Amino acid sequence: MKALRKLTWMELKLFTRDPLSLVFTLALPFFFLIVLNGVFGNEVELDPAEDVWRGVGPADYYVPAYLGLVMAAIGVLTMPVRLASYRERGVLRRFRASSMPLWAILGSQIAIALLTAIVGAVSIAVASWLIYGTDLLPADALIFIPAFLLAALSFAALGVLLGSVLPTSRSAQGAGIMLFFVMFLLSGSGPPRDVLTGAMRGVGDALPLTWVIELLQDPWLGFGWSVTASAIVLGVLVASVALSVRCFRWD
Amino acid sequence: MVLEEPAPGEDREMSREMDREMDREMNRETTGEAALVVRDLHKTYGDMRAVDGVSFEVRVGEIFGIIGTNGSGKTTTVEFVQALRRVDSGTVRIFGKDPHRDRASLRSEVGSQLQESELPDRMRVWEALDLFAAISPGSADWRELLADWGLTDKRDTAFAKLSGGQRQRLLVALALVNRPRLVFLDEMTTGLDPAARRVAWDLIEQIRARGTTVVLVSHFMDEAERLCDRLAVFRHGRIIAEGSAQELVAAHAGPPTVHFTTEVSDLSWLAGASGVERVDRAGSRVTVHGTGPLLAHTAAALVSHGIAPDDLRSERKSLEDAFLALTADEATVSS
Repeated sequence: MKALRKLTWMELKLFTRDPLSLVFTLALPFFFLIVLNGVFGNEVELDPAEDVWRGVGPADYYVPAYLGLVMAAIGVLTMPVRLASYRERGVLRRFRASSMPLWAILGSQIAIALLTAIVGAVSIAVASWLIYGTDLLPADALIFIPAFLLAALSFAALGVLLGSVLPTSRSAQGAGIMLFFVMFLLSGSGPPRDVLTGAMRGVGDALPLTWVIELLQDPWLGFGWSVTASAIVLGVLVASVALSVRCFRWD
Repeated sequence: MVLEEPAPGEDREMSREMDREMDREMNRETTGEAALVVRDLHKTYGDMRAVDGVSFEVRVGEIFGIIGTNGSGKTTTVEFVQALRRVDSGTVRIFGKDPHRDRASLRSEVGSQLQESELPDRMRVWEALDLFAAISPGSADWRELLADWGLTDKRDTAFAKLSGGQRQRLLVALALVNRPRLVFLDEMTTGLDPAARRVAWDLIEQIRARGTTVVLVSHFMDEAERLCDRLAVFRHGRIIAEGSAQELVAAHAGPPTVHFTTEVSDLSWLAGASGVERVDRAGSRVTVHGTGPLLAHTAAALVSHGIAPDDLRSERKSLEDAFLALTADEATVSS
């Protein structure tokens, strides 16, 4: 337990010293939010035939989408790059030679992922509330909290998997940036899903962020618990853990 | 999530049998105080036999050197012993325990300074020591280690900002932070300047004086000769010689040679002097190979031919000569 505590604290310090992590997980989603809200405003489209915002204002639609985007940045970018570079540079070997337990190593990574997701969520909700007058809290907090934890854990597990499979920090960075921007554009955090073509939507359906956003958006906007989204996100979590166990390499 | 590669099924029974035998052997040996026992290690990569039947023992309190050319199997051996790598067959016991099975219980007994293993760029010196000290109970006061290894004024420096020598010293300090009873030092002084190497050697001798057993993997023969009580010379995956530096020199380095310089061009008569076997010449520098009281016989022959070089001397062979003789490829030792 002491190892986990020490390592988590250490990782937290390293995270705050790493500009790349800070930019991708905290600054970039915030920047997207400013640009898209500047373009779309927060007027509710009254004609259901014309509405692409699920019956709410665009700014309200985007708040939960950006909470998901922060998780995605952690899961496909910062975590895989960190783990792959630890392997590449022999940090994992050193941990292993010192009998640092694997659960403490991965546990600290997951703790940092959860913490970053929470800090990102709070700062986005507060900023959007201050600037655009969106709701500060989810419409249905009781089911939003488990949805948030499931989504954050799922992306953290995906991060461990990508960090286990991708051999070098360069390959992790390349794959991560590509995945991040494809998800940003096709999962509903960029253009709303309803304006995408059928083919784009098809690709979006295969991306975990699409379902994470639905999982978060429904309770945030008061539409209840999405069974489909939660099942898929849980599936990603279970598959990532199972594959990580098989694929994890110390060197 | 313990992620070891499972041993192939057919080997399992055999390896269990070997384990039992090993345990019996260890029980005998604990009275002889073995810190580390390695038995019959084999590892093949493709059709290359990286390790081909390596066995050795390190006694408590000794500094044991492992030397060998690149690719001689010493890294595979040392990594297996530290449970960082699996091998095809073979057993290891550290203070009677199998490091591959009892990793947790050996945590505070073993320290290792791994080669080519870094730390995160932005981790600071004190943070690294503090973190690794926290993993194992009974750790040393890392502030003392900072001072010992000359890192006190680098306490708050990030790993990426350290020089090669400073990194190396930090990694050795990390290997010692858990007050290990057995420490593995792999190319410990690579990247250190000559003065820092001397300091490192003194510190290693102090560590041994406190009772820690040291396994030293080195490329530097002067370091191995100075520090190690016993040495194993690896070649082509086997240990081809083992013993103290003196024993290795006596057995493999050949007798002393005699050296002098002269401008006299015809020295053919010198080959006929008593005990002289061969005379090599490079410009004015002459090397005389042979046996017996070579210096006296060479001097007598020179003086009788009217030559009295003022730099005539006999050179004692070093571990490096023994090592080169042992590891030289037959093909390249022509003439």
